[in-house]
Amino acid sequence: MLLIECPWCGPRDEIEFRWGGESHVTRPEPHVGDDVWGDYLFARRNPKGVALERWQHEHGCRQWFNIARNTQTQAILAVYRLGEQPPPEFRPVPGR
Amino acid sequence: MKRYSLLRLIKEGFSGQKGWEPAWRSPDPKPRYDVVIIGAGGHGLATAYYLAKNHGVRNVAVIERGWLGGGNTGRNTTVIRSNYYYPQSAAIYDFALKLYEGLSRELNYNVMFSQRGMYTLAHSRHDMESAARWVGAMQLNGIDAELVSVERIARAVPILDVSRAARYPVWGGIYQRRAGTARHDAVAWGYARAASALGVDIIQNCAVSEFVFGGGGRIIGVETSRGRILADKVGMAVAGNSTVLADKAGFRLPVTTYALQAYVSEGLKPVLDTVVLSLATGLYVSQSDKGGLVFGGALDLYPSYAQRGNMPVLRGVVSAIAEQFPSLRRVRLLRQWAGAVDVVPDSSPIIGAAPVGGLYLNCGWGTGGFKAIPAGGWMLAHHLATDKPHPIAAPFSLDRFRTGALIDEAAASGIAH
Repeated sequence: MLLIECPWCGPRDEIEFRWGGESHVTRPEPHVGDDVWGDYLFARRNPKGVALERWQHEHGCRQWFNIARNTQTQAILAVYRLGEQPPPEFRPVPGR
Repeated sequence: MKRYSLLRLIKEGFSGQKGWEPAWRSPDPKPRYDVVIIGAGGHGLATAYYLAKNHGVRNVAVIERGWLGGGNTGRNTTVIRSNYYYPQSAAIYDFALKLYEGLSRELNYNVMFSQRGMYTLAHSRHDMESAARWVGAMQLNGIDAELVSVERIARAVPILDVSRAARYPVWGGIYQRRAGTARHDAVAWGYARAASALGVDIIQNCAVSEFVFGGGGRIIGVETSRGRILADKVGMAVAGNSTVLADKAGFRLPVTTYALQAYVSEGLKPVLDTVVLSLATGLYVSQSDKGGLVFGGALDLYPSYAQRGNMPVLRGVVSAIAEQFPSLRRVRLLRQWAGAVDVVPDSSPIIGAAPVGGLYLNCGWGTGGFKAIPAGGWMLAHHLATDKPHPIAAPFSLDRFRTGALIDEAAASGIAH
């Protein structure tokens, strides 16, 4: 069971939250072609290790925020607000 | 390979059981193969078997990081069915079901395939309307799906609470007579034994660290914990670890890895001789030949590579058992585990060539890979041997995420995969 630190409400049980997919996926400009658009819609990093994710405190304040979480150990390594960049040590390697 | 038979059993009985041999060879890797398959689960082993059997490609290695059949092949709830909505899905899953029907004889290995049928429960008027639509589609696909009444379900599954006061009242359901269960380990072991007998090398405890690239960026082999192994072609059937290997090869996949839990209870006298799936709770349950109730439910709520599940989902699944099968409330859980499953946005598999030359994919089966093992192996073997997709596998290419021709079973059939 995860204890998740909502930036607005403090530590709460994981059942109050909803996982909302990978963070920092940037919508491409229009007319980029099917390859780039398909990648934007479907391709995901799916890391075995630290993932940067959007979560929503669905059964609480209903705010969205970001989490850096290890997908093997489930350790939550950082919580940061939408619009913020992840802590530098968790930034993905360019090219992925 | 010495064949298993009644005569052999009797003969060994008279000679102190000393004549048996290991079911498969465990050779050291050769420096080069025609084909290397990564992942000795059901799909990888079946691929190697059909490469050797159907296409005469016998210089093949199956390499496995851990032990044979130790991933999702040994972690699923053993249900086999083909009641899918879209024609493309019905074609591939029914192809698998038909191969399962002859598999024990084909492999000379008892995979204990038991066509005990499967009931999918509808719990409301709306569920029944959907069920009628699905059954119509399935029948058009040539699948033996039937719409059944609550009375018939109550007769077949007496321990199910179908009363008006039930927390999840049952209105009727879908029945597939040819569905059933098989011994999951035996499927891996049977394919391994038969493939090994045809000359396939099965190499366990052999983890891939990197791909080896040749001219033009084509993959020509793998670096492993047991040295470099070169190959004309490399196939991969690694389920939840597919994106880990895709990273090493330099491309991305539309795959997200989740934990899917499964549970088995203490052994009971026979109480359930079919498979039951509930549309309301996502619970599916059958009883193994040993007597344990084997059951599962929905995916965990967030991605995970850990082969263990989290408590909220366990609580939900166990609550469903307690509500829908009241007489099982006091049955104790014996074991709980999870597999790392490869979920794709349209809940359909990805079979065929990778964006990188020399590499071929079999992944994306998500929560339903076990039932598809013979077909997944057959299709990947066809593509590896002929460099063309099998007609049944063609719609399941990776390219569909660029063209938009998805096969959206996730939205269509309303059934947990």
